[in-house]
Amino acid sequence: MLRTFRLGGVHPPENKLSANGQIRELPLPAVVSIPTGQHIGAPATPLVKKGDKVKTGQLIAKSTGFVSANIHSSVSGTVTKVEGVPDASGYPRTGIVIKVDGDEWEEQIDRSPDLVRSCALSGPEIVEKIASAGIVGMGGATFPTHIKLVPPKGMKADLLIINGVECEPYLTADNRLMIEKSREILVGTELLMKALGVEKATIGIEGNKPEAIRLMKEAVADFRGITVEVLRVKYPQGGEKQLINAITGREVPSGALPVAVGCVVSNVGTAFAVYEAVQKNKPLFERVLTITGKHLQQPSNLKVRVGTPLSEVVAFAGGLPEDTGKIISGGPMMGKAVASLEIPVTKGTSGVLLMPGEESLRNPQQPCIRCSRCAANCPMGLEPFLLMTLTEKTMWERLEKEKVLDCIECGSCSYTCPASRPLLDHIRFGKAKVGQMVRSRKN
Amino acid sequence: MSNILTVSPSPHLHSSDSVRKIMYRVILALVPAFLWSVFVFGWDAVRVTLIAVAACVGIEYLLQRFVLKVTPTIMDGTAALTGLLLAFNVPASLPWWIILLGSFFAIAIAKTSFGGLGANIFNPALVGRVFMLISFPVHMTSWPAGRGAGPDAVTAATPLGILKEGLVSGKPLSQIQGSLPDSVDLFLGTMGGSLGEISALLLLAGGVYLLFRKVITWQIPVSILVTIALYAGIFWFISPEKYMDPLFHLLAGGAILGAVYMATDMVTSPMTGKAQLIYGAGIGIITMTIRLFGAYPEGISFAILIMNAFTPLLNSVIKPQRFGGK
Repeated sequence: MLRTFRLGGVHPPENKLSANGQIRELPLPAVVSIPTGQHIGAPATPLVKKGDKVKTGQLIAKSTGFVSANIHSSVSGTVTKVEGVPDASGYPRTGIVIKVDGDEWEEQIDRSPDLVRSCALSGPEIVEKIASAGIVGMGGATFPTHIKLVPPKGMKADLLIINGVECEPYLTADNRLMIEKSREILVGTELLMKALGVEKATIGIEGNKPEAIRLMKEAVADFRGITVEVLRVKYPQGGEKQLINAITGREVPSGALPVAVGCVVSNVGTAFAVYEAVQKNKPLFERVLTITGKHLQQPSNLKVRVGTPLSEVVAFAGGLPEDTGKIISGGPMMGKAVASLEIPVTKGTSGVLLMPGEESLRNPQQPCIRCSRCAANCPMGLEPFLLMTLTEKTMWERLEKEKVLDCIECGSCSYTCPASRPLLDHIRFGKAKVGQMVRSRKN
Repeated sequence: MSNILTVSPSPHLHSSDSVRKIMYRVILALVPAFLWSVFVFGWDAVRVTLIAVAACVGIEYLLQRFVLKVTPTIMDGTAALTGLLLAFNVPASLPWWIILLGSFFAIAIAKTSFGGLGANIFNPALVGRVFMLISFPVHMTSWPAGRGAGPDAVTAATPLGILKEGLVSGKPLSQIQGSLPDSVDLFLGTMGGSLGEISALLLLAGGVYLLFRKVITWQIPVSILVTIALYAGIFWFISPEKYMDPLFHLLAGGAILGAVYMATDMVTSPMTGKAQLIYGAGIGIITMTIRLFGAYPEGISFAILIMNAFTPLLNSVIKPQRFGGK
């Protein structure tokens, strides 16, 4: 019996349509819009202005504040404007728009495909390089990686976990990356281990990716201290706390960081980006994503430059199916529905899902029949039906006591509710309110 | 791009389950036991069931349409299920007007007046049954002779009724036992009883289906049946000359119908596994206390209704296991 996390979880239809699609490179778009806030934390400060010429890989916006990340140009060309560009939230965010002209890369970037294994840098030097390359968590959470690598004082990690779970239905980018870049990911893992000062790393992969499991297992034989753990397929296993629990049995206490139980988790895409940054001097300005949908002509895995409009990605995969009713940036369980294809790909865009119209609407809402499936399936052991009611009744203090802040917004509750109740919609709102209350108490 | 796009918060997927599917699965699980009751009691079983289902659905429709002035929701299957369970809990010979009154009480008083689906505290079918039992005790305890009785029999008491009556009149148990059906008869369902409670075999088969389809959890039925067996077992072990064995108490009467189909009603039972175990144990204890020491031969309806009242308390006291918090 394969291991998995202890509480709750659901198993939506996997629909990994593009699992066998080799990663292809998307041709350069004519224009890119690169938002300066692609990560959790403060947006970066632009370093370029209208009319500036930039090269591929050039630093164009600088990290500001403790939680922030550098932004690099993904193309060579001319800056046409620095102003509001819409992102997946629909709001205009500060962004740098560049008209593409050729593809001239910064000289120090090593563009050869050869694997570079040895690294003379010390741990702190590696962290420094990761920070300057603007690497953030590429599973979708986009938390700046260099911050994770320096645990708060008094805490020490003993295990690095590399997240190759990809538990979201439809998405296959991590799967392909593990198949095609196994060794690069493992070198990246070694670098992360060195940066953290840990001797052990485990790569967690769900059992529905046999080829990735085979290749990663083959490759780890050449690496010391790294193992592969095959996990039972269950959503949301890619959640940090769930993955730590599945692999080690440890449970991150309510409100604490993963390093409190000695673990740091990074995505396989992040490990690959770390490899490229440290060994090839290549900052993070492109990523692999899945473009998929039941009626899309060619569900694919593509390497895409940051800032490319989603429309280019969709066009390359065969164009928008006529019956499309919803466009999702990310996976179907946690991704964001977007209103336009003109928003750009960012560091955290793990996929684009085009949902047919008939699947994109919700079922009519019915009264709660107290079946308790939401509670039984909650991976955090919460009671979503109760959290929803408390939010409706604006009982914030009680909501805090019922641990609303532990909610990871995985959506298992809404997914499973037979009465189609908007549980997570309400819980999100309650969580925001309670979060505000807790912060104002601290001040 | 001319498409109209939906922009809603995640998750964007929904399981294929619905309230209606859950209700129809329970109804499906009850079909074998219903067919058996038709076999045993003849067309009377069909008559009672049709009246109860039609009455419950019709009354809900009329109330929603003309009193509450909301869109009727009768297609969700909940009123039909209440009607079916109501029919399962009465003698097949019950006159139509009592069934009508019971259905009205179940739907109008126990369900709609509390706020409709999901808001009722007590199981509507059981409230209807207990209302009829208290108001029309003679009709509710005259059991038609089924196929299992002799060719001349018109009525046949239930095994629990025979037992209670015998004990009250001071007969020794050994003498009463002669007129009780044996375990095989009880298990297959050839004795007298309410329309749907007689075949333990078919009710359990439906229960296994519901467990498999995740409509019910194992905690409630198992804790009820185990508690009944333990309670009966202790008394039987101490003085077998005075008390019947645990198997008899499990198979006679409505223990299985109640444990698998009535006590597991989602709306009126607790949410967490641990609370469900306590709830089930409570039902088992109350049922056996009424059977052994109470005035009524059978007590599971009262037991479930009493424990229904404890459900909100159990829900607020017993919390699920939180992740990462002890």
